[in-house]
Amino acid sequence: MTRPALTSRSLDTASEHLLRELAPQVLGAVIRRFRDFAAAEDAVQEAFIAAAVQWPREGFPENPRAWLIQVASRRMTDYQRSELARRRRETAAAMQIDNQTPASAFENGTEQDDTLVLLFMCCHPALTPSSAIALTLRAVGGLTTIEIANAFLVPEATMAQRISRAKQSIKASGVPFSLPTDEDRAQRLRVVLHVLYLIFNEGYTSSAGPNLQRSELSGEAIRLTRAVHKLLREDCEVAGLLALMLLTDARRAARTGPDGELIPLTKQDRTLWDLKQISEGIALLTATLPKGSVGPYQVQAAVAAVHDEAVRAEDTDWPQILALYDLLKRMSDNPMVELNHAIAAAMVYGPSAGLDLLNGLDADERLTGHHRLDAVRAHLLELAGDHQAAIAHYQTAAGRTTSLPERNYLLTQAARLRENTTGAAET
Amino acid sequence: MKYILMMNCPKTGYDTFGAWPKKDIQAHIAFMNSFNKALKESGEFVAAEGLASPHEAKSVRAGKDGTPITDGVFPEAKEYLAGYWIVDVESPEQAYGIAARASAAPGPGGNPINMPIEVRQVMSGPPDEFL
Repeated sequence: MTRPALTSRSLDTASEHLLRELAPQVLGAVIRRFRDFAAAEDAVQEAFIAAAVQWPREGFPENPRAWLIQVASRRMTDYQRSELARRRRETAAAMQIDNQTPASAFENGTEQDDTLVLLFMCCHPALTPSSAIALTLRAVGGLTTIEIANAFLVPEATMAQRISRAKQSIKASGVPFSLPTDEDRAQRLRVVLHVLYLIFNEGYTSSAGPNLQRSELSGEAIRLTRAVHKLLREDCEVAGLLALMLLTDARRAARTGPDGELIPLTKQDRTLWDLKQISEGIALLTATLPKGSVGPYQVQAAVAAVHDEAVRAEDTDWPQILALYDLLKRMSDNPMVELNHAIAAAMVYGPSAGLDLLNGLDADERLTGHHRLDAVRAHLLELAGDHQAAIAHYQTAAGRTTSLPERNYLLTQAARLRENTTGAAET
Repeated sequence: MKYILMMNCPKTGYDTFGAWPKKDIQAHIAFMNSFNKALKESGEFVAAEGLASPHEAKSVRAGKDGTPITDGVFPEAKEYLAGYWIVDVESPEQAYGIAARASAAPGPGGNPINMPIEVRQVMSGPPDEFL
């Protein structure tokens, strides 16, 4: 069951793209026909592996979608037959499964809904985030288990177990294969968007080098979010999340140095930023913001847009960023937002204003012992010219982070200040 | 988040283990096998290794021309790494729970050893965006 890993495909990019696009549609059709999500998911995965082997050799079928549904359905029939035999039921029952029904019978224009239904299923609130992520990537994203395992740096068998357990949980929950009811919809869509956001972050925050496969996760998250946006054009938060991903991913090439070292926003070579992604993200936001219903993803996207629009770091419109974080603070009770708000306040009113805000956060239990509070404090203390205190906090933050590139960055900041304590404050 | 669970034992631990009655040794090995199997089935397993006896361990330093200079193990070391697991879990509490299960591996007479398991997070977390 191994399709070649992400880096060495037997199919060209266009075919790969087509296959991935078809993945949820084919799966949806097979589930509706056989009413067994877990088994259908396995059957579709096998059909895709068969396609990756056969299509380059024998040419593309006339109707790739129907071909995949047909092959997956045949696998399902085989599976159900053997299940039935296993349970020693009447073989006659197996004959009720009509494997001659042409796939076209299921092409009734619901394939678009299927992508959404599947996303809602895979991002079921009963699943842990890591299970929902793995299942979404496989069932909706069409990635193989080994690809997902490589991306999360765990053995293939571990990922296979995680996916299989997630499918069992969904089966046990008895969720029907349909869209959530109107009253559940908003809450369930929030979970879907959160899972997509987590997939994006997994990829975006991984440094270059040996983890290149992980970075493809952000591309996958963007592709899936784009598909959701296509289906839910009127939903402002879906558009906001897509804009946020594009506006953030635009800075990817500038975010790390040749050895994977982190480069802070103010030091990035902005000519490396992807202008196409930036203009697409800004266009999305511009189209969405006037619609009135503003949510946290749109506001975060707006912050990213303000950064992206600054040609030089010193051109950044900090008062606008501060206003956006004020808005975001009112929307969510998230200490990370408070930290970013303190940075923006420091950039507008001076470092002591930011440091005052940080003092107010010391009592927040969610930040106790969190490296980010120390890292931000170190940064603001450095801006304020208190280099001794900044060094101490950079070092504390370095001792608390669980990210290796981040620890290296923080230790380097402290070392730079130690050697240059008489120099002017730099960021 | 990934954690390493380190099982340390005194230098004499390997010899003591070898002197257990046969059924206790077998029970201990069976426990470790089923423990590893359970970690794989729960989708938490990343890696696990058992290490050879510290009697065979060497301490290596680079000599002047980079050639290895091998010594015996530092005599002052009281504890040695006997084996480790790396698990991928959703919270530190989950890692502690797994460590406690390993700690309770059966010893002589089938009683839990309650050996200390050192739990440390692997540096695989995501970095923040910095200004």
